[in-house]
Amino acid sequence: MSRVALKGLLGRRTRALLTAIAIVLGVAMVSGTYILTDTIKAAFSTVFTRAYKNADAVVTGKSAVGTDSNNAGAAVPRTLPASLLTRIRALPQVALAAGAISDTAGLIGHDGKVISRGGAPNLAFSHTAAGARFSPLTLSAGRYPTRPHEIAIDAETASKQNFAIGQQIGVVARGPVQRFEIVGTVNFGGVSSLGGATIAIFSLPTARRIFHKQGQLDQINVAARHGVSPEQLVHTIRPLLPPNSQVKTGRAEAQQQTKDTSGFLNIFQDFLLAFGGIALFVGSFVIANTLSITIAQRTRELATLRTLGASRRQVLRSVMLEALIIGLLASVTGLFLGLALAKGLNSLLVSFGIDLPQTGLVFATRTVVVSLIVGVGITLLAALRPALRATRVPPIAAVREGAVLPPSRFARFGEPAAIATIVGALALMLVALFVSGLSTTARLLGVGIGALALFLGVAMLAPRLVPPLGRLLGWPAGRFGGGAGKLARSNATRNPGRTASTAAALMIGLALVTFVGVLAAGLKTRFESTVSQEFVSDYAVTATNNFAPISVASENALRHVPGVLVVSGVRAGDGKAFGSRMHVTGVAPNVSRVIAVNWQTGSRLTPALLGTEGAIVSKDYASANHLRAGAPLAVQTPTGAMLHLAVRGIASPPKGAISPFGDVTISTTRFDSAYQNPQNLYTLINMRGGVTTANTRTLQRALSGFPDAKVQTIAQFEKNQEQGLNLLLNLLYVLLSLSILVSLFGIVNTLVLTVFERTRELGMLRAVGMSRRQVRRMIRQESVITALLGAAFGIPLGIVLAVMVGAAIKYTAFTVPVGTLVVFVIAAVIAGLIAAIFPARRAGRLNVLEALQYE
Amino acid sequence: MTAEAGLTAPPGVGVDDKVVVASDLTRRYGEGDTAVDALRGVSLHVDRGKLVAVMGPSGSGKSTLMHALAGLDKPTSGTVRIAGIEITGLDDARLTSLRREHIGFVFQFFNLLPMLTAEENVVLPLSIAGESPDREWLGELLSRTGLGDRSRHLPSQLSGGEQQRVAIARALVTRPTVVFADEPTGNLDSKTGAEILELLRGSVEQYGQTIVMVTHEPRAASVAERIMFLADGLIVKELTDTNAGEVLEVMSAIQS
Repeated sequence: MSRVALKGLLGRRTRALLTAIAIVLGVAMVSGTYILTDTIKAAFSTVFTRAYKNADAVVTGKSAVGTDSNNAGAAVPRTLPASLLTRIRALPQVALAAGAISDTAGLIGHDGKVISRGGAPNLAFSHTAAGARFSPLTLSAGRYPTRPHEIAIDAETASKQNFAIGQQIGVVARGPVQRFEIVGTVNFGGVSSLGGATIAIFSLPTARRIFHKQGQLDQINVAARHGVSPEQLVHTIRPLLPPNSQVKTGRAEAQQQTKDTSGFLNIFQDFLLAFGGIALFVGSFVIANTLSITIAQRTRELATLRTLGASRRQVLRSVMLEALIIGLLASVTGLFLGLALAKGLNSLLVSFGIDLPQTGLVFATRTVVVSLIVGVGITLLAALRPALRATRVPPIAAVREGAVLPPSRFARFGEPAAIATIVGALALMLVALFVSGLSTTARLLGVGIGALALFLGVAMLAPRLVPPLGRLLGWPAGRFGGGAGKLARSNATRNPGRTASTAAALMIGLALVTFVGVLAAGLKTRFESTVSQEFVSDYAVTATNNFAPISVASENALRHVPGVLVVSGVRAGDGKAFGSRMHVTGVAPNVSRVIAVNWQTGSRLTPALLGTEGAIVSKDYASANHLRAGAPLAVQTPTGAMLHLAVRGIASPPKGAISPFGDVTISTTRFDSAYQNPQNLYTLINMRGGVTTANTRTLQRALSGFPDAKVQTIAQFEKNQEQGLNLLLNLLYVLLSLSILVSLFGIVNTLVLTVFERTRELGMLRAVGMSRRQVRRMIRQESVITALLGAAFGIPLGIVLAVMVGAAIKYTAFTVPVGTLVVFVIAAVIAGLIAAIFPARRAGRLNVLEALQYE
Repeated sequence: MTAEAGLTAPPGVGVDDKVVVASDLTRRYGEGDTAVDALRGVSLHVDRGKLVAVMGPSGSGKSTLMHALAGLDKPTSGTVRIAGIEITGLDDARLTSLRREHIGFVFQFFNLLPMLTAEENVVLPLSIAGESPDREWLGELLSRTGLGDRSRHLPSQLSGGEQQRVAIARALVTRPTVVFADEPTGNLDSKTGAEILELLRGSVEQYGQTIVMVTHEPRAASVAERIMFLADGLIVKELTDTNAGEVLEVMSAIQS
């Protein structure tokens, strides 16, 4: 009996192959994701392990308000006093101790711009003879810098950007560009690429000067004397430490940093896995549908097996065995395809601005196990229903011409069950989105499961909707497609269940693409109204990549430029108040001339009157913490200092906009004294005469010494701020296209099987005068109608999902991006045409005589 | 695969030589005004080792009768016993065991599995039941059906007659109590049809196989030792040891 299944599978190789593809792509996405993230994790782990390989103990500063800040510019931890190094060196347990500065500094390329790839950091370190032992860097050519105007850079950047030893290179950090002579190039041991990061090495005194860290250190590496364990060393050092600093063993520090990056990488991994999961979900529809059709076509064969004594269980087992083999082959193929996909995914991410360090590809056992289990499991699960239907083929079908499968026992519950599923799914999503007090994980899980159930429910209901909708969508084909068009229209609806599940697979992908598109449009609308209502300045200066902080020096450089009326920098940092982390903004007295907010308490004069004690709090923050005008407020900064403030104003963003300020806003004067190395999020400028070409040129000239700063009109600023969103949107589209691709294979599959099934009918049509072209056109139009059905189900569903999720997150306004949706419909039509190419060719090539004799 | 349920005839019944017994079978399709009575009270028995033909014009109910006798369809009323076992009330599992042990089928359209070779098709009922073939018996069957040198061919490489011979060997391989043949020559030319009839007749004579054959061809029916004529759901006449001419006369009499 298993031989029957195996031989049957071999006899239907094309079909098996097409079925398998549905799973291959999903599994490849899963395995590719694991391979890529494992590889990146291994690279990070290597980086950190190397970085602390010779350090028995590592002393660093610590932020008083917690780490892993996502607020740019705020993550700089407190420095250590240089005197600490002397005291550590004096300890009898210490063999060697070296202090180092580590910061960020941009290298300027030959084009005058900061060398920056994929949002990777521009690292800067100090080099000392004593510290060489602790350094993960190795000299590749030349020597290390010793004099004030010398620099060493990483060999990768040197070769990619055509810099040689002896040449000058510009460096930007905390001020205007400074020129240095390249005296050496370095490599970071153990990794093939640092993923777009650049490295600049200076002598310790030079580094201190550049980064304004006179008499300070960022890190002290310590080696223990022989016989002293790292733990003992840490124990001895700890009493010497000033507040807001910490000491760890080298290994613990490496592990901590690896763990910190793993946290981010795990989110990233889950994000990518979700798309693999979606592709597999779509694949399960394709598999279930293909197997259903195959089984319907094999009714006679299965009935014959029953008359020969095969039991229902044997029939079930033979179908499941077939699925098992398909699943296994597909999973193994997908697993290895994942290797290629990992590379592809990485290039994709790099092109979207996410560049991460690399080592050799890591192919973990977990990748193999998960890929195989998921691939085979989904295939078996999808095969279960068709297999159960196969067991219901009655033996008498062996002697009946054109016997059809009996309807499923549950068929009559189909509609109520579908509606119940849809209602249940919507209810689950509403609960997950709007009931308060749920964790983010619970919300995401609820929305995810709800969406899956919603898709299932609509797919269950789809067979009822296919006949009327198909007739409607097929109207143009019937009206203008001639005889072939009319046949295509009725063919598309003659087996509603089959058309419905084929379209349902496409529906899922289209619904998700629509969901993302509508939500993004809402975010953009919200964003546009924010900028247009709040940002009332003429110009804005931001970092070249739109989101990194820029130096206060660039703001100062604009102050005395002729024609400039207002220069107002906005600083940002982290703080801690009422026991939790919050965002602190620093504003200049003239901020009301460039930013407009609604004042609940206070007025546009309030920022000018803040002094050192005053604070403006956002309306939400005020109500959450019951703050009123005059209320005292204590904010702790990352250095541990306490700011004792009093509420002077409560501001809220204009309707439909997002607040331009953090939770608590203080004056720049106070901000600059409380934060180490304060930096601007952006600088806003008003010019005499407003936005003019001449004014733009004046500002650009004034900032020519700051290649990391970019002058934009406020309209450009708005566009540029949207760029990040657009990039993310495109990345999501690309990732979702995988599941659309899977559903296209579903359409191909159904059409190929249909052509096979209608061989005799096609032969008859040819015999009565239909041309090959007409046959092909008929198949193509049937495919397009199916694709349009997918769009008809998917796009409204996507809008519904977007409305629900959009209502739950406050940063969006509901907008229907009509243009985008029209593009999706056109894309669905094109997809239908592409899917029909192979089946239509097959149908067109049928030999009339053989087709008629076909049995 | 083991038999799902042991089926043994009640004591004293198995020794009976009437291997198929039907009493008062009726079969009604549909309900109310549109109801059609395909069988209107048919009783018959088939003796061990005999070739019995059921004849009748199309619409006479002969196919319905065969489906009911073979357990493919449930009669509206009446009973069928095969090898002493009452089959009308059996569940699917018991019917499956019954088919494995007692029933063989020969179909009009052969119903061979296209991906299996001739020999694999022949032994399929055994492999489904999880039994290994008796090599001697298999060799005998293949040579008797003239398939010795074609046994590794796929059905698509065989002629219609050869395919039907494979199907007959498949029906005989388990030495079933009774073989039901449904228009076995219906899809063959007359010369090939004659060879097939000879093969069926021979298996009765040589191996004592019991066969029930449904046909509408007088020439086919004439090889049977006993012919039952069906018209409008009733047995209207019975002939024994007859010839095609006589059968033809009866048939024209029925149809007129």
